[in-house]
Formats: sequence, C-alpha cells, structure tokens
Amino acid sequence: MKIMTCPINGPRLISEFAYAGELKAMPDPAQATDEQWADYVFNKNGPAGIKREWWCHTSSGVWFIAERDTSRDVIVRTYLYTTEVPRT
Amino acid sequence: MFTQHDQLKSSYDVVIIGAGGHGLAAAYYLARDHGITNVAVLEKGYIGGGNTGRNTTIIRSNYLTPEGVQFYDESVRLWQDLSQDFDLNLFYSTRGHFTLAHTDAAMRTMRWRAEVNKHFGVQSEAVDAQSVQEAVPMMDISCGGHAPVVGALYHAPGAVARHDAVAWGYGRGADRRGVEIHQKTEVLSIETTDSGSGPAVSGVMTNRGHISTKRVLCAVAGSTPRLLSMVGLTSPLYIHPLQAMVSEPVKPWLDPIIVSGSLHVYVSQTARGELVMGASLDPYELHATRSTLDFAESLSMHMLEMFPFLGDVKVVRQWAGMADMTPDFAPIMGKTSVKGFYLDSGWGTWGFKATPVCGKTMSHTVATDQPHALITGFGLDRFRRYALTGEKGAASVGH
Repeated sequence: MKIMTCPINGPRLISEFAYAGELKAMPDPAQATDEQWADYVFNKNGPAGIKREWWCHTSSGVWFIAERDTSRDVIVRTYLYTTEVPRT
Repeated sequence: MFTQHDQLKSSYDVVIIGAGGHGLAAAYYLARDHGITNVAVLEKGYIGGGNTGRNTTIIRSNYLTPEGVQFYDESVRLWQDLSQDFDLNLFYSTRGHFTLAHTDAAMRTMRWRAEVNKHFGVQSEAVDAQSVQEAVPMMDISCGGHAPVVGALYHAPGAVARHDAVAWGYGRGADRRGVEIHQKTEVLSIETTDSGSGPAVSGVMTNRGHISTKRVLCAVAGSTPRLLSMVGLTSPLYIHPLQAMVSEPVKPWLDPIIVSGSLHVYVSQTARGELVMGASLDPYELHATRSTLDFAESLSMHMLEMFPFLGDVKVVRQWAGMADMTPDFAPIMGKTSVKGFYLDSGWGTWGFKATPVCGKTMSHTVATDQPHALITGFGLDRFRRYALTGEKGAASVGH
C-alpha cells in the first residue's frame, strides 16, 4: 500500500488518511459577488499537476497540507498548515 | 473497418475531440440526422481506448431526478435497436437490475426512485428480499450477517452490451458517411478570437498540423479540465480513477445485474462467463490509470460477503479509467461561454449507458447552436446559478 508521511506521526499507510480537496483561498463572504462565491464553492483547479491539498490523518485527527503530483501519483511533500501556509 | 486518412484537411465544419463512444456517436448523428459530414474526430490514442473500453457495460435508467430519468430513458430506447442501425452485433442483453438495500433508509430511497421512475413510465419497482433471493439463488441474502438485504429496487430494462462494439459501430457508421477519424492525433491548443460578444472558437492546433474550424465538441472525459484550460474556462470537474476487474470464466449462475451501494459492489456475468465487477471511486484525485491492490482486496472482500462460494475463483484482469466527476453527479453538457465550444463532460461513473442519447443531443446542440431540450438541466452555467441537478442518490454505489 502507498505510504504518506503525516507531519506529526511520520510515515503511515495511506488508508489511514482522508483526502479533503484542494487548498483554496476563501473570498470575503461580505464582499464577494455571487459569481465569485460560486467560483469558490464549485470550481476546481482541474488539470493534472502538482496540487496543494488538505489531508487528515484520521486515526490521530491531524489536519495538514500535502503537495501531490496528480499525473504520477507521487506525494511531493507534507507539512502543517500553520508552519508553511501564510495566514491572510 | 475504418478509412485511414494520411493528412488532416486545413478546415472542417466541426472538430470533435475524443474518439470514444460519445464523440463518435455525436459524429454519427451529425452525419446521419443533420447532414453535416465535413467533420474530423481527433483522438490522441486509439478508438474507444478510454472510458468507453474501461467501464462495466451496464445500461439502466432508474435515476432520481426528472431530468436524469427522462434523459437515460431515451438512451435505453436508442440502445435497443442500435445493433440493427449498425448492422453489428452489440450483444445487447436485457438482464434486469437489482439495486440492493441493506437498511430501512436505503429502502426509502429505493421507493422514492421507483415512484419517480414510474411517473415517467420507466419500469422500476421496490421488491422484498425474497424476490432478490429467487432471482439470485446463489446469493447469501444475509451477506454474512453483516448487512442483510432488506429489499431492492428492481429495474427490468437493466442491460449489458459489448462496449468496444459500440465505439466501432458509431465509428464505422460515421466513417461511411464521410466523417474523418484521425487516431494518434493530439490537440495541443484551441484558438479563439474575439467575436465582439466574447471569445469564439477559430481553430485547433494538433501534433499533425493546424485546422481551422468554428465549432469544437469536447468529449474527452478525464482530460476535460486540460482542454477547458485551453479556452480559458474553469469548471467544477474533478478527476478520480475508477477501477474495475474481471474474474476467470465460470458456469452461468448470475442472470441479473446486482448493485449494492452499501457494500460498494456492482457485478454482472458476461456471455463468456466472466464476472465483471466494479466498486467506488478511488479516494483521491489522480490523473492516471494505475491499478491498486487495495481495490482488488476490498472489492473481493465485499463480493465474498454476498457470494461466499466464489472463494476459489481467480481475478484475471484489473484496470482503471479516469472519471470526470461533478458535485451533483449529473453531467455537464451543452454550450459554453466560448462561442462554438461545446462540452460533453462530467460523465464520471455513469457515461457508457448515456452514449447514444449524448450523441443525439450533442449533435443537435452543435448543428443548431441550441441546447437539446433533454439537456437543458445539465449546462455548465447551472453552478454559477446555484441550480444543481442532484443525482447523487442514484449513483450506482455510494461514492
């Protein structure tokens, strides 16, 4: 089975993890137009490539970011949201 | 079976990207029903080599929304005389289709689907566990005690067909009417010009040269997001692999098609005796057709819960296709905000059964520049309007 590295618990079987979709910047709900909000809610960065995604190590409840190459099924790296993704 | 064309022409009335069932069906109906034969079908690989040749060949119309039920019912009708149309045996075999319910909640959904279906004249009914046992005597109706079957949705028109022949039949029919099918021809970019009221398609660049055209139909399943990015469109489509596998041939014992959403299994037995089996989508986005042992293990485990006597039967092949999923489990078809760019996508795990009706409705849409009445609920702009067509309850297994 494929191995993914949890930033807290180290390498684990990928069946212990849940994929939760790509990391997207949320527009300000008070300012966004209906169209911008629909774009945020529905549209995806669909083509193959290296993507930043939310994942969860379900047995410990750790949420983190994984960068994956979706054309080759390769996990490039994983890290905690708080340490590497700037808060806006 | 097909004419080999050495060169692309410099222009076509319509360019169809993707020579799978959907693209070839659209080409066939464009030529047959609309008299448009100056058409090129471009295929990066070979005819029917994508999801057309990778699905589990099930045909049904027991959907949940009025849009879905009417659309697929028209498809089932078209399927039934396609062999005659093509003069090619599609091995279309009506088997009956049971969607098993293992809980009261699932049974409630089955009744709901049966009522919607009956309202639109589609043969579906809720049946009890005893009826399932009579139709499939070899099944352990208690599923090992883990998830006893409490009833099912029975859909008599449920059928299977030989999927490769569908692509060949449509391809040959289009070819004979003058459509050019170009295999090993990859689209590198799509050109647009400003028409005054937004962008409009003007040409396509391929690895075998340039084509001028004002109309492009995109029917490329898992590659749709890449094609959309060529014309500057975004969509809610996301790509997950869908795997399937087939067993060695065994004596005929399974006549109907059996689906269990709770156990993540759908299975039918082919005329050759093989069991064709599928389950749910892979759990994360991926643009590749690799197979996994996890899939074979978990599907086998659930198969054995229903059919413990299969313990010694071997799995002989396993494969995957790239399923283009949508948030509401309905397709995305019709016109787009780019003039002359028509989309037939979002076919996720439910595209094979829709092949004929997609060809019919998309050829109408391309020929008249107006969406066919059966597909108005499936436009790309429904997401911008928050007007989804919720079909998730009728997906064959819980995804």
